[in-house]
Amino acid sequence: MAGGNRRSAAAARHRLLPAGRVAGPMPWIIAIMMFLTVLAAAAGLGLGTAVRAMSADLAGRATVQVVEADAQQRDRLSARVQQALRGNRDVRQVAPVPAATLAQQLRPWLGADVTSGDLPIPALIDVSLTPGDATAKVDRLRRSLATLSPSLRVEPHAAFLAPLAGLLTALGWLSGGLVLLMGLATGAVVVLAARGAHDSHRTTIEVLHLMGATDVQIARLFQRRIALDATMGGALGFSFAVLVILLIGARLSATGSQLMGAVALPWTSWALLAALPIAGILLSTLTGRWTVLRALGRSL
Amino acid sequence: MSAIVQFENVGLRYGLDSETLSDVSFSLNSGDFYFLTGSSGAGKTSLLKLLYLAQRPSRGVIRLFGEDVVTLPRKRLPGFRRRIGVVFQDFRLVPHLSAYDNIALPLRVAGMEESEIDAPVSEMLNWVGLGDRGQARPATLSGGEQQRVAIARAVIGRPEILVADEPTGNVDADMARRLMTLFEALNRLGTTIVVATHDLPLMAQVASAQMMRLDKGRLADPTGALRYPPRPQGGA
Repeated sequence: MAGGNRRSAAAARHRLLPAGRVAGPMPWIIAIMMFLTVLAAAAGLGLGTAVRAMSADLAGRATVQVVEADAQQRDRLSARVQQALRGNRDVRQVAPVPAATLAQQLRPWLGADVTSGDLPIPALIDVSLTPGDATAKVDRLRRSLATLSPSLRVEPHAAFLAPLAGLLTALGWLSGGLVLLMGLATGAVVVLAARGAHDSHRTTIEVLHLMGATDVQIARLFQRRIALDATMGGALGFSFAVLVILLIGARLSATGSQLMGAVALPWTSWALLAALPIAGILLSTLTGRWTVLRALGRSL
Repeated sequence: MSAIVQFENVGLRYGLDSETLSDVSFSLNSGDFYFLTGSSGAGKTSLLKLLYLAQRPSRGVIRLFGEDVVTLPRKRLPGFRRRIGVVFQDFRLVPHLSAYDNIALPLRVAGMEESEIDAPVSEMLNWVGLGDRGQARPATLSGGEQQRVAIARAVIGRPEILVADEPTGNVDADMARRLMTLFEALNRLGTTIVVATHDLPLMAQVASAQMMRLDKGRLADPTGALRYPPRPQGGA
């Protein structure tokens, strides 16, 4: 009964402003903003995950090249290097790349003659390092192998993909910037809508003021409507964005690319995305309240 | 009898125009009944606006309930406004609210529980003869009915001061008489009443009332308390 009374009291107070939304297109604009914001955030989070996965995968790996023109000497040196690597405490795994695999990979560029033996192709040994500071370990490895032969080169894998990782990181920051700009644009839309709503209800507001309504009482009426509009728009925009993200995810998986496959969203990223509409509703509500209170503050 | 309203050398100017009200000084006692009269454009509505805190004066001092309201911070105005009931000349009913909800407005603004609102609002609707029109929107009511709703809305919160701007302009003689009877009843309960009107027979109806007359923005009687009908010479 008390609950019913409270509900009817609240309903009666909400009727003090005309029923309906604050400003016609506001929920739609918020829906579009939310759609773009969630997509931008998902892109940023996905790229961040990819960069982290790539860094974690590549940071602990290196390839030792045995650059020796003479095939027999190359094989002997390669065997010594493998032995030395297996005894190194920084090395977790040693995997010489089979000559056939190497030849197959080079065939598109060097043609069928690649296996003739006339071309001095270096022997490659893939090395997985133990966890820890990969840069320091690679440096130690380089110094250690230099004592065996000057024709050994150690290439950390991270160095190959550093420009790509840099690009992905920059795109991630760009996404973050877009999310911020979308937030500002949403705030601006709410400010305009709240001002418009305030102006169109000026007569009612004046009557309420003269009856002793406080600014906060009046602002609450607007704030509730703005929150409703933002909830509608936010839910719509978020739902469509999730649908698009799932579709893009399915397409990325279908490419079979290791890099593309790394662009995934863990549950923490989904939780962050789910927080965006809530943040949007809070932002809209508080901005609306602030705008109306400021407008009311200019009257007597 | 304590002064509930005090105006001291009050002037009001809109923009760069000449003063609408000039050097207005008077005091109203608590529990008194006043008519404010004067020709059209004399400044009656402007004076009432100052009284119900819709406007701040350009100069002078206004004290309501013993406090200077000219320098009063904005956030304290609602508390003062809740103690003043207003019947606007143009009614200012909220168009999307029913007659019932319009009358209930001051009670809701004051934060009264919904369960406590129904009885006084229904009683007030019946009193102004609109018991069966509670759910009607203002647009569907006649001018007289709208005015009755406006009056009911002004008095429902039992204000300490009731300010009415031409409250009988759109009602018939019988209704006007009934409204004056209500105003007198409220006055007997201690409400200070200020009614702006041109209606001399109406003024004559309230024997205990005093009259203030405005002429071109100035009080015709600087003491601000001319009785209508005039007090007998040497009277109290």
